Amino acid sequence: MAKPIGMEVSLAVAEAVKLANTDVVAAYPITPQTHIVEHLSELVADGELDAAYIPVESEHSAMSSCIGSSAAGARTFTATSSQGLALMNEMIYIDPILRVPIVLAIANRALSAPINIWNDHSDIMSVRDAGWICLFAENGQEALDLTLIAFRVAEDPQVSLPVSMNIDGFTLSHFIEPILIPEQAEVDKFLPPFKPSLQLDIKNPISIGLLGGPECYTESRKAADDVLWNSKAQIVKAFDEFNKVFGRQYQVVEGYRHEDAETIVLLMGSIAETAMTAVDELRQSGQKVGLVRLRLWRPFPEAEILTALSKAKNLAVIDRHAVLGSSSGPVGLEVKSLLLNSPVKPNTSNYILGLGGRDVTRDDFKYIFEKASSGQVQTRCEFVGVYE
Amino acid sequence: MRAVDATYEKVTNKTFPKGPDMLASGHRACQGCGEVLALRLLLKALGTEFIAVSATGCMEVCTGPFPQSAWRMPWIHVAFENAAAVASGVEAATHVLRRKGRGYDQRIPVIAIAGDGGTADIGLQALSGALERYHENFIYVCLDNEAYMNTGIQRSSETPFMASTTTSPVGSKSKGQYTWKKDMPAIAAAHHIPYVATATPAYHLDLMNKVRRAAAIEGPAYIHVYSPCPTGWRMKPELAVEICRLAVSTRIFPLYEVLDGRYQISRKVDNPSPIADYFKVQGRFRHLKEDDIAIITQRVNGDYKRLVELTEKFPVEAAE
Repeated sequence: MAKPIGMEVSLAVAEAVKLANTDVVAAYPITPQTHIVEHLSELVADGELDAAYIPVESEHSAMSSCIGSSAAGARTFTATSSQGLALMNEMIYIDPILRVPIVLAIANRALSAPINIWNDHSDIMSVRDAGWICLFAENGQEALDLTLIAFRVAEDPQVSLPVSMNIDGFTLSHFIEPILIPEQAEVDKFLPPFKPSLQLDIKNPISIGLLGGPECYTESRKAADDVLWNSKAQIVKAFDEFNKVFGRQYQVVEGYRHEDAETIVLLMGSIAETAMTAVDELRQSGQKVGLVRLRLWRPFPEAEILTALSKAKNLAVIDRHAVLGSSSGPVGLEVKSLLLNSPVKPNTSNYILGLGGRDVTRDDFKYIFEKASSGQVQTRCEFVGVYE
Repeated sequence: MRAVDATYEKVTNKTFPKGPDMLASGHRACQGCGEVLALRLLLKALGTEFIAVSATGCMEVCTGPFPQSAWRMPWIHVAFENAAAVASGVEAATHVLRRKGRGYDQRIPVIAIAGDGGTADIGLQALSGALERYHENFIYVCLDNEAYMNTGIQRSSETPFMASTTTSPVGSKSKGQYTWKKDMPAIAAAHHIPYVATATPAYHLDLMNKVRRAAAIEGPAYIHVYSPCPTGWRMKPELAVEICRLAVSTRIFPLYEVLDGRYQISRKVDNPSPIADYFKVQGRFRHLKEDDIAIITQRVNGDYKRLVELTEKFPVEAAE
């Protein structure tokens, strides 16, 4: 059994990209994504990864180049954050409809203004409707593992979609954690070479990106929606296959002490580890609290969420992004909408916290658990910890 | 590799490529479109084994309403401003897959095609990045019809001085476009790439040979093609080829090459045709007065003189 080594999470993501024998990396530097692409540049410069590293002049060109390279049959990776993802926006919406698989690591960071380099989920949430598969990692091992899984899912001929692998900027991307680096032979067993069913090929010429008028635009959107929903089966399959090779089983939705919990906090990303500590402490004082974490955000894992919440009386949904002018954050809106027609009807409120790198503490969760446990429902989301 | 040393099979009237066009007939280009004529010729020059990338624009819209496509080679269109970036990715992929033993046996030219707006305005950043990065099998062609024709004849930075467009209209306080045409070939040449050229479909062999040379060179190439738009220029469709000849013979659009930073004129114009002949057949210039034409003539002759001086100061070196 291999021993975990201490490694910065960004570097572990880059190591996964190397283990995937990626062909093309096109990237533009932006904090806090930089360590991923710096390490990839080193790996290419040292000959450890035989890839073309395209040092593009913007994120817009990064994603454009990625679409070109993947369409030409190359395993393709890029990484970005915040404004970089915002600049990619136009391409982010085009890629899933062209069915071009790309793996994008996002070191999640707040969107301007004010300009802020620290962590929240406003970058990815602003492109949540685009048709990408969205995964959220909790810790370093998961970041590495999900990067490998992302390639397999994206390139699965039944999926052929881009995948974003989200890690919290700084609070996960820049932490040094104990991480198991898989053996190359194991990775090769899990991740077959990229063989697109259709690509830019001089022997079998196809046209990609034709004009779609009113008679087929709706159909193109419906097809992309169907493919995205259907991808969940392939994601679950990839998780199971990953377990067979590496002995680590992932689920699209994780629970922690939630089976008998009366009050549940639902969230995504690395703050789950802080929340678990709060759960443990509250459990010690006899409170029936638990945690549900979404590893998969798109497609939205409806059935798994309902199962995880089936016994909950009270629910607090956490968002790391505020939908300005709306009653809830994006996760809050989605969960409330799901519960509307379900037999499961916990008292549900939505809490916004950890914006722009504001620390998320155990006390924040204790406050939320206490408030949610009262059974009181707030129709509007609550911004937690706002200074008066 | 020096551009001047690249060898290629010259297209002549006798060796003109036979077989079907790589751009199929039946597309929706306007009658007398000079741009689609240039496109068909330049694709024909490339043979059959290449990959094409289009920017959004007339040539993309008129050739590909789903499920039809006029493109007989592998082709991709993604958006307006990023043809150079998409082509960068395609080029990098073909390059690295070949190195890793999963690609083609030979170099595959990747040609990016965009209009003047997609090149000189919104696509300039992506183009500059691609030229600077020195992609080996990268040809960029700007099909310049001197305005945003696809959206309805709005001015671009390639619209000539005093041309009337829907966003540079003539009025009581306006003589049309108030800026001079952006010198895109000079901007491309400033990236010190091996090859820059100008061309027009009226001189079809010249155009095709420039494309062949671009494909033969290991390094990025930029070709700026004067492409008449009878619809947008308010001109009779049958004059598209004639206006190309006039653009060259009046020195308005000189044909030249920049090989390894050294200049050579493809068609010398010692005695220019009367420039008024160029303006009088185009509705976009019908408001021009003699004084206006004099200003333009002075500028055109000055630019041409400068080009001649460049060929004298920096003549193309001999091939090995």
